[in-house]
Parts: sequence; C-alpha cells; structure tokens
Amino acid sequence: MNRFTIKRLIPVLLLGTVYAGYVIYPLTETLRESVNIGGAFSVANYVDILRPGNSANFEALWNSVLVSILSVLFSGILGTFLAFVLTQFTFPFQGLLSRLAVVPIALPPLVGVIAFLFAFGESGIIPRIVQEVSGLSGSVIALEGFSAIVAVHTYSFYVYFYLFVSTSLRQLEAAQLEAAQTLGSTALRTLRVIVLPELKPALLGAAILTFMASMASFSAPLLFGGDMRFMTLQIYNAKLNGELDVAASHSIVLTAVSIFFYIVLKIVTPRGSGVRRSKGTGRSGLVSLSAPVRRMLIACCVALLALELLPIAIIILISFAKEGSWTWQILPAAYTPENYQKLFADPYVFDPIINSSLMSLVAVAACILVGVGISYVLVKGSLRRFRDIGDVAATLSFAIPGTVIAISLILAFNTPGIFTAQNVLVGTFWILPLAYFIRMFPFVVRSTSASLDQLDDSLIEAGESFGAGSFRRFRKIVLPGILPGIIAGALLVIITAIGEFVSSVLLYTYSNRPISVEILAQMRTYNFGAAAAYSVFLLMLVMLLSVLAGYIGKEGKTHPSSVNI
Amino acid sequence: MSRIALHNISRQFDDTLAVHEVSLEIASGEFFSILGPSGCGKTTLLRIVAGFERPTSGTISIDSRDVTQVPTQHRGIGMVFQNYALFPHMSVFENIAFGLETKKMEKMAIRRRVEDILDSVHLLEKIDVPVPLLSGGEQQRVAVARALVVEPAVLLMDEPLSNLDVALRLKTREEIRLLQKKTGITTVYVTHDQSEAMSLSDRIAVMRSGRIEQVGTPAQMYEAPASSFVAEFLGGANVLPARVSRSEQKIIAGKLVLSAPATFLDGFGDEDATLVVKPEAIVLSPSVDDGDVTAVIVHKEYLGFTTNFLAQVGDVTLRIASMSSERTKHLRSGDAAGIRFDWSRCTLLPHA
Repeated sequence: MNRFTIKRLIPVLLLGTVYAGYVIYPLTETLRESVNIGGAFSVANYVDILRPGNSANFEALWNSVLVSILSVLFSGILGTFLAFVLTQFTFPFQGLLSRLAVVPIALPPLVGVIAFLFAFGESGIIPRIVQEVSGLSGSVIALEGFSAIVAVHTYSFYVYFYLFVSTSLRQLEAAQLEAAQTLGSTALRTLRVIVLPELKPALLGAAILTFMASMASFSAPLLFGGDMRFMTLQIYNAKLNGELDVAASHSIVLTAVSIFFYIVLKIVTPRGSGVRRSKGTGRSGLVSLSAPVRRMLIACCVALLALELLPIAIIILISFAKEGSWTWQILPAAYTPENYQKLFADPYVFDPIINSSLMSLVAVAACILVGVGISYVLVKGSLRRFRDIGDVAATLSFAIPGTVIAISLILAFNTPGIFTAQNVLVGTFWILPLAYFIRMFPFVVRSTSASLDQLDDSLIEAGESFGAGSFRRFRKIVLPGILPGIIAGALLVIITAIGEFVSSVLLYTYSNRPISVEILAQMRTYNFGAAAAYSVFLLMLVMLLSVLAGYIGKEGKTHPSSVNI
Repeated sequence: MSRIALHNISRQFDDTLAVHEVSLEIASGEFFSILGPSGCGKTTLLRIVAGFERPTSGTISIDSRDVTQVPTQHRGIGMVFQNYALFPHMSVFENIAFGLETKKMEKMAIRRRVEDILDSVHLLEKIDVPVPLLSGGEQQRVAVARALVVEPAVLLMDEPLSNLDVALRLKTREEIRLLQKKTGITTVYVTHDQSEAMSLSDRIAVMRSGRIEQVGTPAQMYEAPASSFVAEFLGGANVLPARVSRSEQKIIAGKLVLSAPATFLDGFGDEDATLVVKPEAIVLSPSVDDGDVTAVIVHKEYLGFTTNFLAQVGDVTLRIASMSSERTKHLRSGDAAGIRFDWSRCTLLPHA
C-alpha cells in the first residue's frame, strides 16, 4: 500500500470508527441485551411482543400500529386536500397560507403536543367553550386517549403529505392535462388516469414517513395516552422500572420496523428524478370547478389553517396567565408578564435554557465535523462508488426512533469502553449531546451532499491541475461552495436539538436537564403558565432560527425528515 | 376534412395584446403554418384554436360550426405538443389508446387501431415500451400517433420538431408531410423555423407582434414579400432603407447607388422606400466590369454547393449567396469584386 492510498483511507477509517462506535455498536448492545434474560440467552421478550394475545407488550405493538395506520389515513386526507386547494386555485394571501401550512412541522415536539392539549384536551379551552355555550359536558368533544393521539399526529404529520403532494402537483405538466383534454378525457378521468399515478410516489413516500413518525411518536402517547400502552411508552416505562431487557427488545422491534420502512422509502422515492420543462405559455387548472364549489373549498382550507394556528394562539395566551388564576374559567382570569420575567430572572428557571444551548452547540460541532466528512467522502471522495448505499447508511439514524437511541446509548455506555476512552457516559453531561449528535448529523450529511452535488468536479480537478494539495483544495475550492449547505444543515441541527425531548427525557440528569424536560416538569406540577411561557420562548427561538435557515440555504427544506414528536 | 375560420380574433393578457384582430381561412386538407419569432403570439393563436385559451374577442369556426365557446374536448382536434406531453407512467400502447378509451371503443378495436397507426409511424415493435425509454424522435412519433389515432377533424402542432437534433428534424419533417398527405387532415403547424414552414406548408401566415403580416404559399411569400419583415424572416434578404430617384432612375442606399430599370420603379416617385434584395439576387464576379458596383469582400463562408459572402459597399453590408464556382473560388476577404443586381429577384417596398 503506498502513501497515497493510506492518506485517502485515513478519513474513511476515522469516520467509519465514529459510525461503528456510536451508531452500530449501541444497537448491537441493545440486541444483545434484548435476548439476555437473567444472564441466559432467551427470545422470550420477542415472543411476548409478537405473539397475539393479551400480553401488555403485544397490546403496545398493536396500539402503535393501529394509531400509525389511522394517522397515515387522516394526515393523508388533510395534507392532500390542502395541497390541492393551495396549488390549484388562485386566491388572495395564497403565499402566506402555503407557508402557514408547514408550521406544525417546525413546532418543537413537546410544544406542539402541549399546545394541542391546552386547546382540545380534557380541560382544554375549546371543550370549556362548548360546555359553556351548549350546556353539554365539554368532554363530548374533548380529545383524549386514542383519538387525541391520532389528532395530534394528523396535526403534525399532514405536512409530509402537503409538501410531497404539492411538489408533485407543481411539477405536473400542464401540457399533459391539455393533451388529455384534446383526447376527449373528462376531468374525472384525467384525475384518475393521469394525475393520481403521477402522485403515487409522493403519496407513498409521505405515507411511509408518517407511519414511521407515528410509530416513533412519544410525546403524544405520554401526554394523551392515559393507561393505554404504546411501544415507545412501554420502552420508557420499562427503563424507569429497570427492566432493560424489555426496553431493549421493544427497541429492536421498533427499529426493525422503522429501518424496513426507511429502506422501502429510499426505494420508492428515487433521488433526482428527471425535471421536465415546458413552455411558459398557459397553465390550465387540474379540474375546472364551478365558482361556488371553488369558494367553498378555499373557505374550508382557510378555516383548517386557522384551526391549526389556534393551539399556538392559546399557548401564547396561557403563557401570560397569572399563576393560580385559571381553574374553572373558560379563559385564565388574570394576566401577567411574570412567567416571562421569571424565565430570565430566576436562575433555577434559566438553567435549562443554558443547558439546552450548550448541549446543542456541542452537538452541532460534532455534526458538522462528522457530517461534512461523510458527505465529502461519499459524494466526491474515495467512497463515491458506494454513494447510494452510503447515503442510506449515513442517514440511517433518521429511521431510528429517539427513544431507541436513548436506550441503546444507556446499554452501550453504562460501562467503560473503548469508544468512550474508558469512561461511563450514562449520568454525565456528555450523553445528551451524543444522543443529539447521533440523531441529527444526517441533517448535515444531506444538506452538504446537496451542495456538493452542485459543485462541478472539474473545479476540483482544476485545483489539482494547479498543484493545490488536498487540504488547500478543500479549503479554497470546495468549502466556499458548500458553506451555505453546511450552515443550513447546522441550523437545522440546532433547531431540532434545542427542543429535543424524546431522547433527553430518558438520558437527562438534574444538572443538565434541557428545556423540554423542564416544560414537562412544570406541566406535572400544574404550573401551566410557566410551562406555556417556556414553550413560547422555545417556539420563538426555533421560528427565528428557521427563518435564518431559510435565508441561508434552501437545501435542507425540500425534503422534510422524520423527526419524532 | 375540415375547414377552419378565424374571424377578428384578439387575445389580451393583462396589459399585453398577444393576438390582435387575426382573421384567417384555412382550407380543408390544407397544411397551414403559422410562422414567426418567439413572442409573436403564434402559440397563443394555436391555443385559441385548441380551446385552451378563450379569445378576448372574435370567433372561431370549424366546418361552419362556431366553436368559440366549445370546450377543447368537443372540438374534435388532435394536438402534438412541443415537449410531446406523453403520459410518463404509461407505455406506448397506453398513451395512444388513451383517446380511444375515452370514446368507449371496444378493446379489440382499440388494439387494432393502435397497431395500425404505430405501423404507419414505424414504431410497431415498441408498442409495449414505457415512453420514458424511447428516444426523442420516437417520442415525437408517438405523440403524432396519439393525436392522429382518434381521427380528429383538425391536427394542431406546436413546434413539434424543436426538441430534435438537426438530422432527425429533417427526416421527421418529411415523415410528417407524408403522413399529412396520406390522411389529408387539415393541419395547423406553429414554428419559428422558416425552412420548416417553407418545406411543409401549403400556405404560411407570418406573424409579428400579434398581427398577421402576410399569408400566402411559400413561393408567393418568398418571391413577393409584402413587408421587409417577411422578406428578412423568410428569405434572409438584404433589407436596405433607400431613396428612389425616379427622374435619374436610381436607387440610393447610403453609399450604394444603383441604376434600376424603369419597370422596377413603377409606382414610385422621388421618395423614401425599402429595397429588398435576396442574397442570390446579387451576382458576384472577381473583376469589376462595366456597370458593376465595386464591393469589398469582408467574409466568406464555404458551404459546398453554395458559398456565402459578406461584401461591403461603403457603409452598406450585403449578404450574397452564390453557387460555388471557379469564378468565385479564389475570392478572399479584403479582395475587391464586382457586383450586379438581378432585378427580377429584388423587391421595392413603400417606405414603412
């Protein structure tokens, strides 16, 4: 082996070690634990989960699957409807409305669920109003249990359908619809035979993402689930009870399901499908509807989007509620900015904000280092021949539920090992940023890869021809071209990390508790005002960063990722 | 076989007038081209005939039936789009059968019709191939087949050859013409390529800024352009602003002073005019003979059968096309040469 080959291999080996140590090894440890009952090999846990019967574990699997299927159904209907109305008709404020339509995906996981709880939950404001107006018990329309979880999922995940379908509809060529017209096709037949098949990949892709996200969803079952069992909750409870083998086996089943669907998703939505061009002239609508029907559909769409903003408006309102002022009234009786003042004045309350910021920064640094490295090696470097498989592997942790990542880290790093320089990570500050890193470095891989794809190989070759060394080539030629992509990915990491809840709640210690965990603690002690103020603060921070990310790069925005709620 | 009549068609888009008071009669079985530069309104006019656009004013009739308010589906037209607009998720068969299926035709009959039409465009062996796997030329032929198989009254084509490479374009051009002759279908063909329009059409309408400049057979248009725009667009003619001096029988275009026969100046007095000189109307010789104008060759372009020259007379640059011959073979840039005008191939137009 000559020096050249060794030099090329070093980055690959380094990245491979990181990947093996922090993504693969924890999973294998989880697998090992799941078949290790009292020191002996046994598949009893799996039998218990997978065999139909009355066991709590089978019930959890069954409920999770059922909730996910229903979530796909309702998200699909809502998202597709909004996509149709917002792309096919022209009406005032359309641009603003289509931006509103993607808001739920930007909500930090716990915040969205809590906002929903305040609005539609058992003692939510809407049921209270219904009770006051109609005299019926508010619980008639209050969402709880199963239906509440499906509703929250629909609220969050319809965005996948909306984004995928509206993109497909925009790409749909007007000339094709016109061709169908010249061939005598009716609007309905055109919709069925021409449009729907064109939308199939989008619908399928969104359905898979929604299914995966619903299976992995944790906050919604935690806050609305009551006594019902779900896989993620089962993992959480098993961990709290110290039954790590049970938690591990659930994790493995959940991971297997997710990875299976993730690979299916990669197959059904091929990268870089051909772009069709057409002339600027003319753009026929998909379906010609009479004016009243059109107006009704548009009104429906506006009403739905207003309804979508309602929970956010309510959580802002409650963030100003004076503590103890909201008991039986429809709306809180007294308002004060106190909750916000406390956020910054009270060191106890301010601590989590410091913690979350610090841990996000640590995570983002690691994400950039590893993410940029991986994408360079895969797109332009020595592993470019394995690009397709490499992409799937590098973004695999998108497919692994946050709950599972937390459990696998606990199982892998509760004893000293080589990947941690003989330290125990569980119970330390470092395990949270590590979890964030594992969950989020694919953001950077993806946005950087997108930028690298734009970068012409001949630029790099030109640098080579001038005798620039590989480091100088990277710094002078590659880096300036991909910097916007890196920054967009990094911002996405920060946005997600700063509100991360699903992994954090299993891994935090009191001294490094993040914002989300503190919100839950405030909810549990009925400090709704404080919880709401935290939530709104987090919301504002995330929105601000999203706007910033939107300005810097478009790379990360086209394909939403599955982020667990 | 159908006749198309457009009467005073106008189309306004916001504040641009895309089509302005166009009236046309297209005869049954005619191959009719609408020719013009991009943005002249030709595609909008075609889309009005198709029914994708409604005219702001005016009427369209097909076979004396007023179809101005009739939706596309019921106009009995077939259309070939610039980018073909084939349905990408379907095979060749499914694409072509689409229009027949909407007519609720029986399955066996559909199969037979599709096979027949594919045979006539020489694509029968590709019948079950998904369209994205076809080459550009094959896709183009499928698009034509799909439009023709429903036996429309009128075939509309919107720059159907512009996505093909040059060699294929010439070959497909011939095929389209043969197919049209065979079926006798009334065809409206939109293009910006004058050679395409000339070679295919029975008649051509040249459009400019939403208006029709001239309608006629290719020969009429070429021989007797009604405007300098038509002359330049259709024949690449030299269009020279000039001064006519009736008394001296001269035409003066800048430094170029020409003695013209009296018949050529018929109808003109002492006035400004436009002299249109086709490139082949200038005869070039290596020596300046009596009556020749002296020109300087500034550029030479050897094309085999013909050789193109750019020659300068003072401030006037002339495009000259001459048959390649011994006489002009040795002319080079910078050489002086004699030119004379074949007045039968020149046109004098009133000052625009």
